[in-house]
Amino acid sequence: MATSPDGVVVGIEHLYKQYETAAGPVPVLKDVNLEIRRGEFVAIMGPSGSGKSTFMNILGCLDTPTRGRYVLDGHDTSALGSDDLARLRNRFIGFVFQGFNLLPRASLLENVALPLIYAGTPRRERSERARELLERVGLSRHVEHHPSQISGGQQQRVAIARALANRPSLLLADEPTGNLDTATSHEIMGLFTRLNAEAGITVVLVTHEHDVARFAQREVTFVDGIVTHDGPVRAVDEIAR
Amino acid sequence: MIGAILREAWKSMGANKLRTFLTMLGMVIGVGAVILMLAIGQGAQYVVKQAIASMGSNLFIVLSSFSTTSGVRSGTGQAPTLTINDARALLELNTVAEVAPMQPGSRQIVYGAANWNTQVYGVTPGYFTVREWAVVDGDPISETDVRNATRVAILGQTVLDRLFGDEPAVGKTIRLENIPFTVAGVLDRKGQSFDGRDQDDTVLIPLTTAQRKVFGSQFPNSVRMIMVQAVSESAMAQAEEDINRLLRERRRTPEGQEPDFTVRNLSAVADVQAQTTKVMSLLLGAVACVSLVVGGIGIMNIMLVSVTERTREIGIRMAIGARRRDILAQFLLEAIIVSVLGCVIGVALGVGGALLASRLTSIYTEVTAWSVLLSFAVATLIGVFFGFYPARKAAWLKPIEALRYQ
Repeated sequence: MATSPDGVVVGIEHLYKQYETAAGPVPVLKDVNLEIRRGEFVAIMGPSGSGKSTFMNILGCLDTPTRGRYVLDGHDTSALGSDDLARLRNRFIGFVFQGFNLLPRASLLENVALPLIYAGTPRRERSERARELLERVGLSRHVEHHPSQISGGQQQRVAIARALANRPSLLLADEPTGNLDTATSHEIMGLFTRLNAEAGITVVLVTHEHDVARFAQREVTFVDGIVTHDGPVRAVDEIAR
Repeated sequence: MIGAILREAWKSMGANKLRTFLTMLGMVIGVGAVILMLAIGQGAQYVVKQAIASMGSNLFIVLSSFSTTSGVRSGTGQAPTLTINDARALLELNTVAEVAPMQPGSRQIVYGAANWNTQVYGVTPGYFTVREWAVVDGDPISETDVRNATRVAILGQTVLDRLFGDEPAVGKTIRLENIPFTVAGVLDRKGQSFDGRDQDDTVLIPLTTAQRKVFGSQFPNSVRMIMVQAVSESAMAQAEEDINRLLRERRRTPEGQEPDFTVRNLSAVADVQAQTTKVMSLLLGAVACVSLVVGGIGIMNIMLVSVTERTREIGIRMAIGARRRDILAQFLLEAIIVSVLGCVIGVALGVGGALLASRLTSIYTEVTAWSVLLSFAVATLIGVFFGFYPARKAAWLKPIEALRYQ
């Protein structure tokens, strides 16, 4: 698959999302426009119910917009079916979740190699690539361990390694430090920063903690389904003002 | 890709061994029952086929009719209405190859200190041809024996065992109704008849000897029955017509009146028997198939539970890039593996059970290759059929909802 030549990883134009309920349609996202370029580190913020989770799901191709255009690294996602969306998720997006979401019965190596299975990578290559990734996140000595045998911070590192397996255009992290203590959180955020700075990986981070958001360069804030701020990351006192 | 999915399926089965085992047990019992029941059915069919073959081919049996004495009606074959002359006349027919007039009776046989009650048949040489029964030791009954009413006896294998054990019998003297008979020969082993009688439990003597010296009928020429062999299978219908016509003519039985004899087509009787066994065997198989279906429902039940339990896992896989067909394949394969593995164990148990049954009981069983192949085909089908709904349910989950599932 070709990548966008102009360096735009996420191009969103006039995006609307509404949910059909018994009481009628409920709008969640209203006319969102956003462009994220390769190598950016964006924090998406907003109170709960602001639509940031819905936006995150659409960004991750887990959900589709009601109206509007979403171009992911040169691929228009508007008219795609479930199999094509699955392929986009597999090749272009790496997910990191709040709850780690590793497969409990699989070893760390197998967990990291999982996206490679769905990409059709041969077995030997899968294993090599997974080892390399685990080494990159500092877990090369634990490849045969199972998720329950390691700490939460280590589990999140495995999840990051898994997210990087198919060299995605976009790393999507949904509250990645929500289940971690402060010290570990900083460690994980440090890893994201390093991946962004050294490997030029585009990172989009959803969080409601300013302490976490400050690791990013750009902040996009949602309130009631509308982008109310799009610019450099602000400090807490700045928002209050 | 398939290899990886297979390993995944295998692993998730291994993660819950007791549950997998119990699910499989339904298939094991189902397949085992199918194999065992089909083996028993096949065995029964084989036994009947053998028995029919041992009876002789293209046979009719002509029985004398019942008699009425002071209002008491005897059973078929009791009236002295058939004679040896009827048999001779029947042999003249173009459609008849051989006849065997017979006079049977149950008598006590004595040899030395041993004695045995058996069925004694007065027969002519035609009997050996009609029954396709060879004499393995000594000589059969000859025309001379019949003409002179000699006191010779041919022993069946069972009688031989009971009276002589391992001793040679030919040339020895046995007593029948206190009359000494010389053992002239020994019959080949026949086995069971299609109605379950031991055909080897018999003694053959010349027909004339039976009539005059042993059974002592007041009608010296009468016989209880005549076995008639048609020239070929295709001539059976014509032969039956000819026999009826000839015997009616000889008796001057008017049209429309019930004759004093009965003609039975033994092959038709045997066919009915074979048909009955076949139906029984099918019925057994059908009952066993029901347990297979129950096993399949067990698989479906557990697969549904498994899909619910692993909703989150399905969500993770989808987020990572699994397509619907990947999820479908994973769960379908799991169901198929469980059912086919259950089938392998079931076949082993069924075959073992069949062998054990024929070893420990008198039931003859026969495991056929097609029943094993059928079991595998059915097991795979059941895996696909009962695995499809749960697998589809898994594959059609929405990624976000599956991920959110706790």
